[in-house]
Amino acid sequence: MLEQQLVNGLTLGLIYALIAVGYTMVYGVIELINFAHGEVYMFGAFLCMMFLTVFGAPLIVAVLLSMVCCALMGVLLDVVAYRPLRNAPRLAALITAIGMSIFLQNLAMIIWGSRPLPFVKEALPAFFKVTALSFGDVKISWMQMTIYIVAVALMILLNLIITKTRTGTAMRALAQNRVCASLMGINVNRVIAFTFALGSGLGAMAGIMVSMFYNTMYPTMGYNAGVKAFAAAVLGGIGSVPGAMFGGVVLGIAETLGAGYVSSPYRDGVAYAIMILVIILRPSGLLGRAVTEKA
Amino acid sequence: MLELHDIHTYYGNIHALKGVSLRVEKGEIVCLIGANGAGKTTTLMSISGVTPPRQGAVTFLGEDVTRCTTEKIVSRGITQVPEGRMIFPRLTVRENLLMGAYLRKDKNGIKAGEERAYELFPVLRERRSQMGGTLSGGEQQMLAIGRALMAQPALLLLDEPSLGLAPMVVENIFEIIEQINAEGVTVMLVEQNAQMALQISHRGYVLETGAVTLEGPAADLLADPKVRSAYLGLD
Repeated sequence: MLEQQLVNGLTLGLIYALIAVGYTMVYGVIELINFAHGEVYMFGAFLCMMFLTVFGAPLIVAVLLSMVCCALMGVLLDVVAYRPLRNAPRLAALITAIGMSIFLQNLAMIIWGSRPLPFVKEALPAFFKVTALSFGDVKISWMQMTIYIVAVALMILLNLIITKTRTGTAMRALAQNRVCASLMGINVNRVIAFTFALGSGLGAMAGIMVSMFYNTMYPTMGYNAGVKAFAAAVLGGIGSVPGAMFGGVVLGIAETLGAGYVSSPYRDGVAYAIMILVIILRPSGLLGRAVTEKA
Repeated sequence: MLELHDIHTYYGNIHALKGVSLRVEKGEIVCLIGANGAGKTTTLMSISGVTPPRQGAVTFLGEDVTRCTTEKIVSRGITQVPEGRMIFPRLTVRENLLMGAYLRKDKNGIKAGEERAYELFPVLRERRSQMGGTLSGGEQQMLAIGRALMAQPALLLLDEPSLGLAPMVVENIFEIIEQINAEGVTVMLVEQNAQMALQISHRGYVLETGAVTLEGPAADLLADPKVRSAYLGLD
């Protein structure tokens, strides 16, 4: 029982982690909570479904296309909604983010209707149902294995991009001192757009995997997942990428354990209770840095 | 090489530069001295395009760069070592240097530039895998200069390189500035330490509340009674 909960919690947690890195990276570079990030995640699922059904694309192609489209959508969000407000008070950008979230949710409802749709089952490879590992009563399906592998691989890739590439280093430089980054000749807007693209692509992948795993997608799915992933980012220390990964996994496991041992309707309550506890005891998050306010 | 023609820069409604005109010739070290709040840093930030002037013109190598983005200005050959050094605290020393070469594409040139920075400042080689934020003030200033040189600037803008450093370290930094200049980099130096700045400069400008009030060869300024009493604390 416990083991099975852990397995399911890890699945959920890795997905939260994939969404949470999008929040934390954007926060890192422009100190904005991009509330529309959950909607990008939702679009990831729907666009993937659309590429599968309307264009009859193979699964991998549909997934990649959906990620690319969502990456572009993230960039568009930044350029259209946030860039004009870069030097405005932070509250203006925050409200805009909430507005974009509502707008995108409604856009999805217009396109795909408001009722939940199933994932295109025929597109999934048959082996997804097969049990990959089982010890005792615990079973891990190949679909879950795939989620683990893809999520971990993407996070390793993200980490390499951030730590090893020129643009990734520029992202970190920008997060640490924007004026000085521009004095290096870094095109600040371009690097911010790249950050949005990266986070949105990963968010899309998370949306696709969730809709596969639960076999459902609906226009408001981004809200709950978005809030949870945001909580995960805060739990890990907002602005810290490893923190978001760790926070996602912790939150996912806490939530499933809460559902299993406390009571299923309390699953969200348990998740948020943990977040609140961490914030009270360690305001900078589990892996965050304590930031002293600049005078 | 660089010419500011009557530039006016504002922060919101605050009129920070009220018509600054000055020029820097190729190969020179020119210093800009003045009290706190006179507009020295704003002048450099206006040249770099961080706070573009609202009126007036900045020309560099015969081209108008007044409305250029910072990125364009850096790519034309003007780099700045900002006040307070602005080292990226959570990038390693090496990563800080590489950020200085952000716009360069020639891998071998960048490698050579990095070597050059380590030759100028051997302590940076020892510390190259350390986070920038762990360096001492003097080391950070060295890193900031090394980083700026990575862009192979034609004109190097230095903002208060002596700020908060021990006299020995200041002397060392100023020697390096002279050496860099001797190797062909034109330097514009902003300093509160007027004595040191005027000693290594060819010419100087005195800035007071957003306008140039005095200019001339550095030796003349050093001898000027007004400069001596107001900025050198002499007489």
